[in-house]
Amino acid sequence: MTTVAREPGGRLRWAVTDALTVAGRDVAHWRRQPAGLVVGLLFPVLLMVVFVYLLGGGIAVPGGSYRDFMVPGMLALVMLFGLEGTMTAVVTDTQRGVTDRFRALPMAQSAVVTGRCLADLAASVAGLALVALAGLAMGWRPDPGPGVVTAVGLLLLLRVGFLWVGIWLGLLARDPSLVAAVQILIWPFAFLSNVFVPVSSMPGWLGTLAAWNPVAATVTAVRELTGVPVSDDGWATEHATLLAVAWPVVLTAVFAALSVRRWQGLSR
Amino acid sequence: MTATQTAPVPPVLQHDDAVRVRGLVKRYGGRAVVDGIDLDVRRGEVFALLGPNGAGKTTTVEILEGVRRRDGGDVAVLGADPAHAGRAWRDRIGVVGQSTGAGNALTVRETLDHFARYHATPVPTGELLADVGLAEAARQRVTALSGGQRRRLEVALGVQGRPELLFLDEPTTGMDPVARRQFWTLVEGLRDRGTTVLLTTHYLDEAAHLADRVGVISAGRLVDVAPPAELGGALRSEATVRWTEDGALRSVVTAEPAAVLRDLLAAHPAGEVPGLTVTRPGLEDVYLRLVALPEETR
Repeated sequence: MTTVAREPGGRLRWAVTDALTVAGRDVAHWRRQPAGLVVGLLFPVLLMVVFVYLLGGGIAVPGGSYRDFMVPGMLALVMLFGLEGTMTAVVTDTQRGVTDRFRALPMAQSAVVTGRCLADLAASVAGLALVALAGLAMGWRPDPGPGVVTAVGLLLLLRVGFLWVGIWLGLLARDPSLVAAVQILIWPFAFLSNVFVPVSSMPGWLGTLAAWNPVAATVTAVRELTGVPVSDDGWATEHATLLAVAWPVVLTAVFAALSVRRWQGLSR
Repeated sequence: MTATQTAPVPPVLQHDDAVRVRGLVKRYGGRAVVDGIDLDVRRGEVFALLGPNGAGKTTTVEILEGVRRRDGGDVAVLGADPAHAGRAWRDRIGVVGQSTGAGNALTVRETLDHFARYHATPVPTGELLADVGLAEAARQRVTALSGGQRRRLEVALGVQGRPELLFLDEPTTGMDPVARRQFWTLVEGLRDRGTTVLLTTHYLDEAAHLADRVGVISAGRLVDVAPPAELGGALRSEATVRWTEDGALRSVVTAEPAAVLRDLLAAHPAGEVPGLTVTRPGLEDVYLRLVALPEETR
């Protein structure tokens, strides 16, 4: 079987096989300890119910339907929350010595990350589906058509960007208590966007900051793609689709590079 | 095309030894934790690196495993430089580190089945479980294992890929005496099958029992290398003769105890020399002197 690794193209094949093996390990963990994943998947639904039925009545939005405003916001927020899961998994693996074991194993080193990506994207697809289904149950009706597919693509692209942030933070953190810090700090970051309220309702400079939030760009793009009215809040809002592509690309470029450096630093 | 990146190795290291190290240096913040180590491990032998905590054992082993970079020196492990060796090389070594590395919600069998996927020709899980004495715990979750069982799982993961060279970093720390004996039997079995073993330990009896040769590391330097019975060389030939004279304990350290005894017997024509003992230093005495006085023996 060693001959496989020596065949032309064997390297790529191993990289793919190993990535699937690593992803399979994460999935096996979720199946064995589903509580964390299930709570993580249901929390956005709960949050959406709270905002649509309890708080949303007091928030004025373009188009008038807070529910239609909220669902795209929550879909993007699921992508942001995914960062915590990625970070937790990376910290836990490093703490338990799994990362060290991987480094000494005859496996493609890229698979440690690509496997993580596959597993986390799968979890995020489940999260998106759950929020979308809950939205549909609450009466949300996106415009059918290719826009929905594009919207899902942009959401997952944002997830990839946050995935790299999560990997970097996970490699940076020496102990799991930092995960808790990120879980707290993620809230101001989420509120400083157009997820819950239109940025036009914020003080001028804060509104501008919120409009430039990577999450906000995707939220606006998804709103447009699913037929939710969007108010004109400046350049960032007008070019939301462009930013919804650019932000994840920038996040990936920066944090993937930082993560690779950090990974190499493990052998220092 | 070959996926095996056999890195060029300096001619001085081109040798059939499993491990060849010349002038290895590793610094952390300017302080050398490994300070010029030369080391040869022959194929098929069990070599123990013995030394106190912080002596540089783990750092050395991690450099040989390819998971830590070195700051100086030449290293060849199974004929390749571990800093540049690829996947095929990693399939020829086995690593049992100090951290658990497998702590998770999966069962023992699931964990072994998972990691088997990375190896070209893994040992079948059933066989592996029997080898390390975990057959009865196969269905237990890893988190539910005792410390000793967890170490055995670690060892199983290390030998799973049928390595030619196995690194064991303090493998029996946390094991009870029974588990340690079982582990020794396991290592002996590996040696009988031709596996080269490089282990670190701070248990002297473990080194004496398992190792063909022992290297003593102190403050980042290898202060002696020898079979366990010959460690310490000159230190070992010195005997201590003790006896009681006029109610006081007397002792003489000498390389020629017989001469001292002759004098003593001559001084006691009546017969018995009270409290007479002659002792040679054991492994522990030799070790403590080697570690405590590295300058003297260098």
